[in-house]
Amino acid sequence: MPRKRTSRRLAADLSLLAVAVAFALPLAWVVLSSVDPHANLRVRVPDGFTLDNFDAILTPDITYTPLLNSLVLCGGGTALTVVCAALAAYPLSRFRSRLNRPFLLTILFATSLPITAIMVPVYALFVRVNLIDTLQGTIFFFAASQLPFAIWLMKNFMDGVPKELEEAAWTDGASSLQSLIRIVLPLMGPGLAVVTVFSFVMMWGNFFVPFMLLLSPDQMPASVSINDFFGNRGMVAYGQLAAFSVIYSTPVILLYVLVARRLGGGFALGGAVKG
Amino acid sequence: MTPYRRITRALPLSPAVVLLLLFLAGPIAYCVYIAFTDLQLTGQARASFVGFANFRHAFQDPEFRNAVWLTLVFTVLSSLVGQNTLGLALAALMKRASKPVRTLTGGVVITAWVLPEVVAGFLLYAFFRREGTLNAILDWLHLPRQNWLFTLPILAVSFANAWRGTAFSMLVYSAALDEIPSEITEAAEVDGAGGWRRMWHITLPMIRRSIGTNLMLNTLQTLSVFGLIWVMTRGGPGNRSQTLPLFMYEQAFQNSMIGYGTAVALLLLLVGSLFSVVYLRLLRTEV
Repeated sequence: MPRKRTSRRLAADLSLLAVAVAFALPLAWVVLSSVDPHANLRVRVPDGFTLDNFDAILTPDITYTPLLNSLVLCGGGTALTVVCAALAAYPLSRFRSRLNRPFLLTILFATSLPITAIMVPVYALFVRVNLIDTLQGTIFFFAASQLPFAIWLMKNFMDGVPKELEEAAWTDGASSLQSLIRIVLPLMGPGLAVVTVFSFVMMWGNFFVPFMLLLSPDQMPASVSINDFFGNRGMVAYGQLAAFSVIYSTPVILLYVLVARRLGGGFALGGAVKG
Repeated sequence: MTPYRRITRALPLSPAVVLLLLFLAGPIAYCVYIAFTDLQLTGQARASFVGFANFRHAFQDPEFRNAVWLTLVFTVLSSLVGQNTLGLALAALMKRASKPVRTLTGGVVITAWVLPEVVAGFLLYAFFRREGTLNAILDWLHLPRQNWLFTLPILAVSFANAWRGTAFSMLVYSAALDEIPSEITEAAEVDGAGGWRRMWHITLPMIRRSIGTNLMLNTLQTLSVFGLIWVMTRGGPGNRSQTLPLFMYEQAFQNSMIGYGTAVALLLLLVGSLFSVVYLRLLRTEV
């Protein structure tokens, strides 16, 4: 029996390692190419180590402005999402109402709609109401598209905070808003962090929304400006493209690690799959 | 409860409701409206109502049927076969593997998932290009090389989507497998049931609800993939990897037919809603 178990573990280990290598090859390409003076399209050990690729792209035009735009868009969108979701989750979690269930089912239904499908009408609508090519318009749409899932997650986390603690505050004369801000939100810190990080990560990686709604090059976030490495610059500098990808991806990977550590692997799934 | 109190209690919902109505429900309603018009980007000043013409056009348009077919292939290959099956296999293997291997593999697979969509597109573009990594490996194995993005573009983008989305299924199934009481699998083992039989007769039936919800979510996510394919192939060569979202975009902007593009969008939205309703029903049996 123990021998059988060891051989079984070995087989599992080897299969998983094979999968890990297959999954890692594209990732290895981006990391290795970013420090390779002669990067091309295939994975290889660099024939030298250089930071020239990073040097070349760390200019306002190529890196700083797009990243700042991303930060404004996703920061603004996330702030709006989190504030609206926290406010909305409070009555849903605290007060009984006949409307709660239909509202929550609608929200859950909306979380799984393919938002990609409505980008063409959103574009047409934004042209009509003069929101096209504006950061605020894009921020509003980002927030609205992320809200259903954020409300759903937030409500589930809020249900975990016992109601008795607020009742004491209410007898002392605190309003709902005061008890939400002073008592409930501080107690659901990790949940709040999950909603914030998840919203931010989703927006940071989103390509189609800013691609459709923003037109001026100086407003483009990193997810869209990365396309400039192709096309109008002629020959593609793969090393620089890789270096840019590394810089652009690092924040979301760090944020994920930060939150995943605190809450265990499948943090994003808590609300989505368990219902 | 007084009406006044009822209103003040519901007040915190209002910012969210306003945002959702203006920026989500509004566009969806507008989508339903312009799908029945001949709105164009250039030329005529006003759009006129054309009834079901856009939809009739779509069902007769060979390019639309091509896009439907490719969307189906893309969804089945990348979501059903790729993400779902590979995710389940990884989760099952992880239960047996040693801790360092588990951590390493999990880390790599999840990194692929967390990466921004466009970056993932570039990485897989580099992987599949004629001068890319895959052909280098084939050379090394003395196997014939291919210009993957030209000969099998839909396969390449399906693989890319599987690469990017497997982590989600892996996490869902790891959680589901952890909830199976170990006594049950041990009892079956004592009774002499082998690995495959245990998987088929015990594990799969016990996690069937997770399988259902996970399949729905994977499919919905896959239906709306745009950036990944856009970066890798632009829907080409020709229209050989042009799934519905890319077809919708091309009709609306390259061909300036917003009305027609929106009709396609509405069909996509309807298919999505259908899946979404099934997903809700699956959840309801679970709650």
